[in-house]
Amino acid sequence: MGMTIVEKILARATGQPGVRAGEVVEPAVDLAMSHENAALVINQFHEIYQGTGLEPTIWDPSRVSIIFDHRVPAESAKTATNQKKVRDFVRHHGIAKFHDVRGDQGGICHQILPESGYVRPGQVVVGTDSHTTTHGALGAFAFGIGATEMASVWTLGTVLNLEVPSTIRVVVNGRLSEFVSPKDLILHLIGRISARGANFRVIEFHGETIRNMSTSGRLVLCNMSVEAGATSGIVPADEETVRYLREEAKVGDEIAAVTPDADASYNQVIEIDASRLPPQIACPHTVDNVKPVDAVAGTKIHQVVVGSCTNGRLDDLAAVARIMKGKKVAAGVRMLVFPASWRIYTQALRAGHLADLIEAGAVVMNPGCGCCLGVHQGALADGEVALSTTNRNFQGRMGNPKSEVYLCSPEVAAASALTGVIRDPR
Amino acid sequence: MTANHTPDDAPVVARVVMTLGDDVSTDAIYPGRFMATVLPSETPQYAFADYPEFRALLREGSMPAGSALVAGSNFGCGSSREQAASTLRGHNLVVVARGFARIFVQNAVNLGLQVVDCPEIAASAGDVLEITADLVLNKTTGRRFAVQPLPMARQVIMKAGGLIAYTRQRLLARQS
Repeated sequence: MGMTIVEKILARATGQPGVRAGEVVEPAVDLAMSHENAALVINQFHEIYQGTGLEPTIWDPSRVSIIFDHRVPAESAKTATNQKKVRDFVRHHGIAKFHDVRGDQGGICHQILPESGYVRPGQVVVGTDSHTTTHGALGAFAFGIGATEMASVWTLGTVLNLEVPSTIRVVVNGRLSEFVSPKDLILHLIGRISARGANFRVIEFHGETIRNMSTSGRLVLCNMSVEAGATSGIVPADEETVRYLREEAKVGDEIAAVTPDADASYNQVIEIDASRLPPQIACPHTVDNVKPVDAVAGTKIHQVVVGSCTNGRLDDLAAVARIMKGKKVAAGVRMLVFPASWRIYTQALRAGHLADLIEAGAVVMNPGCGCCLGVHQGALADGEVALSTTNRNFQGRMGNPKSEVYLCSPEVAAASALTGVIRDPR
Repeated sequence: MTANHTPDDAPVVARVVMTLGDDVSTDAIYPGRFMATVLPSETPQYAFADYPEFRALLREGSMPAGSALVAGSNFGCGSSREQAASTLRGHNLVVVARGFARIFVQNAVNLGLQVVDCPEIAASAGDVLEITADLVLNKTTGRRFAVQPLPMARQVIMKAGGLIAYTRQRLLARQS
């Protein structure tokens, strides 16, 4: 019997002819990413070496990446001190894939890794962030781990005792309607299988809709796969992956794709007809509380957020600008836009999208995680409602447990910002 | 109680101090606004910061070490933030849930927070649980619930005393 894409990747990463779901393996790591929580990883890394008489040494600094994005620029002395500690560590250990708070290199980790060409098909990628699943969009096996686990990876270069996950095959066919995007597709899937529907498993995406989708859209699908509990989402690499890596990430060296075998064994198969999908929305306070937008149309909103590692890419900003150009954000609504990286910010600036948004009344913020997780910028008042293109709406997510967050596509966010109530953009 | 239960351990008796529903997220366990605090010695102060019931129990001192939280399925869903495990570990709590999210349970094992995967668990605040490797007995109601054992691969890490100790062992084994 054949192997799923994850089984193939883990076979290569363990130097074995084949592995099966359920086996315990210790794969070599190709890329290990952290953000501000590198401060904790550093602490745990030094603990590992305590009493060994050995000098703390990273197994391969060229495979470690650290990107500041969660609280940039620092919102507090505590964060500033943590960031300084990380900078000193980066210098001491010679970590080149470090992205500081800078306009010529910064942004959200889940945009920086793809656009910098750090992630390649077939790799094992780990990150101290649950949305590390994003990088499956390039055909890698990418998953989130805790800080102590990352300290272990920095020390040994492998993930210890990893159980090979089984795989759910999701097949999507049909053309998405106008104003319906990959975000609606993944919200629909999460609503259908629930927030734990893919727990401990991987989602492999197939079908003509996926083949015709840009890498930007695939990043959205894989980003939010974790909201169904998935260990990772993954799209087998194809011509579009190669195009993205060559044209946008400027990768010059060889790109080797890994694809699943035709007779691979799947835990579950789910089919979706994309052509019939209306715009979707995740209602408070769980990501799987998904409805068609029509079901909550007319709900009053106070803040609209566009951006994040889910929907802060150039095509997202372009879609929003197209809807809002020459119009105005409704009175009583604050609209905050967080491009996913400074490269995207600059592209959107040159294309005129940012000017269109600012003239419509939006506030364009610096790239970063922004208000998505309630640590920095854009807090909500008691009783307020946010409509956001981000990926989580747990109670208190944006910093105030007495507020509500709805999750939607950039198109729904833009159309709703103009009216001050949730609205179907069609 | 410093480690997860393995077949070699004696039964643990824990009083339930709070019950929670399904899908308790890491944002609930350890809100994002406290994420700049990272050290396990400092995170316990922000456990369930937005849960008045939990905070009141802490204030009253009615949540002694070894107390149990009982939750529904998918406990710890969401973020990979390790603070969610270290904050509960800091209070020496036992978490008995109908299921756990992957990264949370991994962090719990790595840090030595005791987690018990018990798909049918039913208990109320005040109940007393007796926990062994394969069974939870609710001594108050007399009902018994099967435990989903953690994989052997995880038990190796628990027995070593957590992932830091286990990684250290592996590192030293490489040197020799």
